[in-house]
Amino acid sequence: MSLDPPLALLAELTHRCPLRCPYCSNPLALARASEELSTEEWARVFREAAALGCLQVHLSGGEPTARRDIVEITAAAHAAGLYTNLITAGVLLDAALLQRLVAAGLDHVQLSVQDATEEGAERIGGLKGAQPRKARAAALVRAAGLPLTLNAVVHRQNLHHLPELIALALDWGAARLEVAHVQYYGWALRNRAALLPTRAQLDAATRCVEAARAAHRGRLVIDYVVPDYHARRPKACMGGWGRRFLAVSPSGKVLPCHAAESLAGMEFPNIRETSLAAAWAESPAFTAFRGTGWMREPCRGCARAELDWGGCRCQAFALTGEAASTDPACALSPHHHLLAEALEAAGTEAFVWREHGAAT
Amino acid sequence: MTPRFAPGVRLQEDRARGRWIVMAPERMFVPDETALEVLRLVDGARDEAAIVDALAARFDAPREVIAADVRALLEDLVARGALMG
Ligand code: SF4
Ligand code: SF4
Repeated sequence: MSLDPPLALLAELTHRCPLRCPYCSNPLALARASEELSTEEWARVFREAAALGCLQVHLSGGEPTARRDIVEITAAAHAAGLYTNLITAGVLLDAALLQRLVAAGLDHVQLSVQDATEEGAERIGGLKGAQPRKARAAALVRAAGLPLTLNAVVHRQNLHHLPELIALALDWGAARLEVAHVQYYGWALRNRAALLPTRAQLDAATRCVEAARAAHRGRLVIDYVVPDYHARRPKACMGGWGRRFLAVSPSGKVLPCHAAESLAGMEFPNIRETSLAAAWAESPAFTAFRGTGWMREPCRGCARAELDWGGCRCQAFALTGEAASTDPACALSPHHHLLAEALEAAGTEAFVWREHGAAT
Repeated sequence: MTPRFAPGVRLQEDRARGRWIVMAPERMFVPDETALEVLRLVDGARDEAAIVDALAARFDAPREVIAADVRALLEDLVARGALMG
């Protein structure tokens, strides 16, 4: 089987963030600032990623603008020939910084929003005064002539505000709105009982998105996928393990998926010790679940094996304790009942914010 | 019209796969050869006639034929959100 090169790199520049979202996709053990890759190390990662075949880099975190060298990092990604997308919470963006980022070659901004109301956004994001700062960031991005995507992570505690979130996207001038259901590993798994939506919430959300798509056609594109806990077949997580994407963590670990560090016992190559090309092609972490050879029943021989690649390895591990199991989101999985049981057990208000030491 | 790239859209070389692609937020497409020739001339300064002139100087085809091709291509690229006129 010939190996396709990756299409995109997720560069997790730092785990530091002024916000504390309870569903943050960063690992429970957050990397410290002292472990972070240097500007020059990132520049090398970008050059190697472009040479390997990546077309795009997502500059992410944590909060990427918490890095003092974010402009130099953006310039290095641009110089490597990558399309640069900044994934930000927006609260640290001001006009001067944005101008320098645009001059450095920034192509696109994806701004997160935690809720439609100020109170809701503060309660979920854990940062006072975040919403007006986000609104200002959105206005700056638009004024700079950059396209804006709004990313709203939705769950039990904000889904009732979905119509207002869509109105906010229009109001802030976003061309695209991603309505992303929480994925349950790491922090989100810890907070699952507070975040899992009910079936009724989900059905209302689906109707809301369909109506809004029709009403705002040509003005706002809405991305929306039905969440795993209410699905009968899993998603092709990352387009298949080690097939299209790779991520690099703040401390240089090369990961097949941003959540892969949740797979206890798996060793990841580090760009301080290896090239990106070698990590992609031959590291045990990348070859472990690439293709279909690793699959067991019921995935082995299933007609959908090369469509969904057996679903999400991190979810399989989180729920069954084995990364090589079929994703329990699949109704053919012997563990599928775990999802219904989790839905049954959900319904608390309380959650913990992501923080150093909060996971224990 | 004087075409230019829509916000966030750019033409980018895909060296690993030996092709050029149009990159846009959250999507990309591979332009065919003719579209690529036109896109390479889009710089926000050249108008449609100048693009036709530049192509007519390079390709052995009647100017009207080139002009009609360019027109159709530009319209298609605008409709796809890659260019603005
Ligand atoms: S999910 Fe929230 S806490 Fe995590 S990086 Fe994004 S804004 Fe920060
Ligand atoms: S059995 Fe495996 S391959 Fe088949 S649909 Fe379920 S997850 Fe996908």
